[in-house]
Amino acid sequence: MQSKLFLGLLFMLPAAIFLLVFLSYPLGLGVWLGFTDTRIGRTGVFVGLENYQLLWEDSIFWLSVFNTILYTVAASILKFMLGLWLALLLNEHLPLKAIIRAVVLLPWVVPTVLSAIAFWWIYDTQFSIISWALLELGWISSPINFLGDPNNARATVILTNVWRGIPFVAITLLAGLQTISPSLHEAATLDGATSWQRFRFITLPMLSPLIAVVMTFSVLFTFTDFQLIYVLTRGGPLNATHLMATLSFQRAIPGGQLGEGAAIAVAMVPFLLAAILFSYFGLQRRRWQQGGSDA
Amino acid sequence: MTLSRRDLLLGTAGLAAGAAGAQLLNAGPAFAQAAAPQYKPEQGATLRVLRWTPFVKGDEDSWLANTKKFTEATGVEVRVDKESWEDIRPKAAVAANVGSGPDVMLVWFDDPFQYPDKLLDVTDIGNSFASKYGGYYPGPEGYAKQGDKFIALPLAAIGNGILYRDSMVKQAGFSKFPEKSDEFLELCKALKAKSKPAGFALGKAVGDGNNFAHWIVWSHGGRMVDEGGKVVINSPETIKALQYARELYQTFIPGTESWLDINNNRVFLAGDVSVTANGVSLYYSAKNDPKMAELAQDIRSTTMPIGPVGQSVELHQTTSAVIFRYTKFPNAARAYLQFMLDKPQMDAWITGSSAYCCPPLKGLIDNPVWTSDPVHEPYKRASSTLRPNGYAGPLGYPSAATMADYVMVDMVAEAATGQRTPEEAAKRAEQRANRYYRV
Repeated sequence: MQSKLFLGLLFMLPAAIFLLVFLSYPLGLGVWLGFTDTRIGRTGVFVGLENYQLLWEDSIFWLSVFNTILYTVAASILKFMLGLWLALLLNEHLPLKAIIRAVVLLPWVVPTVLSAIAFWWIYDTQFSIISWALLELGWISSPINFLGDPNNARATVILTNVWRGIPFVAITLLAGLQTISPSLHEAATLDGATSWQRFRFITLPMLSPLIAVVMTFSVLFTFTDFQLIYVLTRGGPLNATHLMATLSFQRAIPGGQLGEGAAIAVAMVPFLLAAILFSYFGLQRRRWQQGGSDA
Repeated sequence: MTLSRRDLLLGTAGLAAGAAGAQLLNAGPAFAQAAAPQYKPEQGATLRVLRWTPFVKGDEDSWLANTKKFTEATGVEVRVDKESWEDIRPKAAVAANVGSGPDVMLVWFDDPFQYPDKLLDVTDIGNSFASKYGGYYPGPEGYAKQGDKFIALPLAAIGNGILYRDSMVKQAGFSKFPEKSDEFLELCKALKAKSKPAGFALGKAVGDGNNFAHWIVWSHGGRMVDEGGKVVINSPETIKALQYARELYQTFIPGTESWLDINNNRVFLAGDVSVTANGVSLYYSAKNDPKMAELAQDIRSTTMPIGPVGQSVELHQTTSAVIFRYTKFPNAARAYLQFMLDKPQMDAWITGSSAYCCPPLKGLIDNPVWTSDPVHEPYKRASSTLRPNGYAGPLGYPSAATMADYVMVDMVAEAATGQRTPEEAAKRAEQRANRYYRV
């Protein structure tokens, strides 16, 4: 017994060390830095909650919180709906199915920075292809200020993120769809269920464990997005698209305020935990998965 | 004084002789005011230099040629790496922080003041250059000198200037580009009405956005902090500057608030704006492209207009050379910078940089490059009109953080676009700056 226990622990050691070194340590260090006034090139001293207190009074920080939540919620909902729709379409029998599925993955495969640069051109204030086309058609009289107007800029970055994130949702849900036994649908059809009823009472419940996982990941990716914003707007115009991640970087690295940057990053953790808990407890409820109601 | 193999051999002999060698090595300002200190590279020394990616090819060629000369004279192998200019700041900070990386680095703005105690003191070299070449211009020197100590060596100002289309300005009814800010506003109004509008970056453009915003505020007498580092941005002068910015913005091409550093180049080269501010590189983009020959011939340049303060004041981009204290070969590094920044090498480098770089020493300012093309001339004034970013206070963490957080740019953009009134924008900038300049 003794040696078995010891052996078990021994085999777990590499994994434990790996987790400790590459996961716990950086996270712990980040949390610690958030409580210090560390700057680049100088180790800090413990300052308690001062960073958080300063952030609390910082309107740019709150703006970035608002932007991040808006960005995450809007982009995640759109990604989920469009991704699910795309998955359902791809699940039908289409000619050239394999090729279409591969093509759908493209936005996800292309490095963000590369696609963001392409979008940067598409949204350019003066040279936008969209503005140009609409101008040529005579539908608009001056170019659309995609990235200059705060609300336009927000919508623009959200749509770009959606474009990029759909394949992940769609392909994963497609995999889930294919595990649903056709006999269930056949039985339901025989019982006279409409296609909406089949979707609502068979597909959706069967898919919901996967939806929970996919959306948890999707929310996490969106919440911590950085590259897209950094390339497209740097958080501008007038900080309207600054996310917590970009603000954290701007303050920590170019600004040199490592402690404050870390504090912003740590401030993201509660939101992320909430998102995980929501999907874990909210979407993985057994009863709902089995087609029952919430009551 | 250049460093040759002979000097080094002398140095070695001196070292063997003991006392004489010590005297040679320590030859500093106390020894003789004008005499340059001599550094003997360590045995087997090699150096790694990290610089920003050159903007013009001639810069890189002459920098490498000078480096090669140094290697030939001293036998010290030097590897020159380059990094995109925006990555220099974090890379330098991390190198300083972890204590390993390149020996010598070319850094921006107030970078040396972020980690002064990690940098090798180069006061001897700085003082000897200053006494030999008529002193440094105060602006570039301010970025390198902490108290009486040089923690970095001023290398160059990368000039910002107005580039405009002569034909369009004439079309707007101006035979000459105005020198004063109020006439400049009239010109911009006329340009919008009669020709192509002006356009200046108001987005998060590290270079162009900061140059424009600092010019607007400084030219009207506003400043972020006073000499003691107290935030004084919320002042009547700033409000005036912001009112001016609001009026000026209304003459711009739409969308400048989303412009990053590259946008004004593209729009100017497409012929959609008549006036913008940039480094001389923009002119070269047109000049080096045969298809744009006509446009290139129409380009003229000048300095940013003079505002109510009555003198030309600008931020520009400043670069200094630092040696990290962790280097294993401090003397080789010192010898390298002393060689590279001395007149013969600097002259070649400044010429090679095609007016992009302006020397920080008064005695080096005359260079054929400034007269070789009329567009170059205004960029000669970069070092003399330059003002450090933390003006009028001390440089350090707060000045760097305030600029990195785009406090000045955001304030000007908020007021210019009308999103906030000048009063609100100034008040908000004050609050934001106070977060960094807190005691």
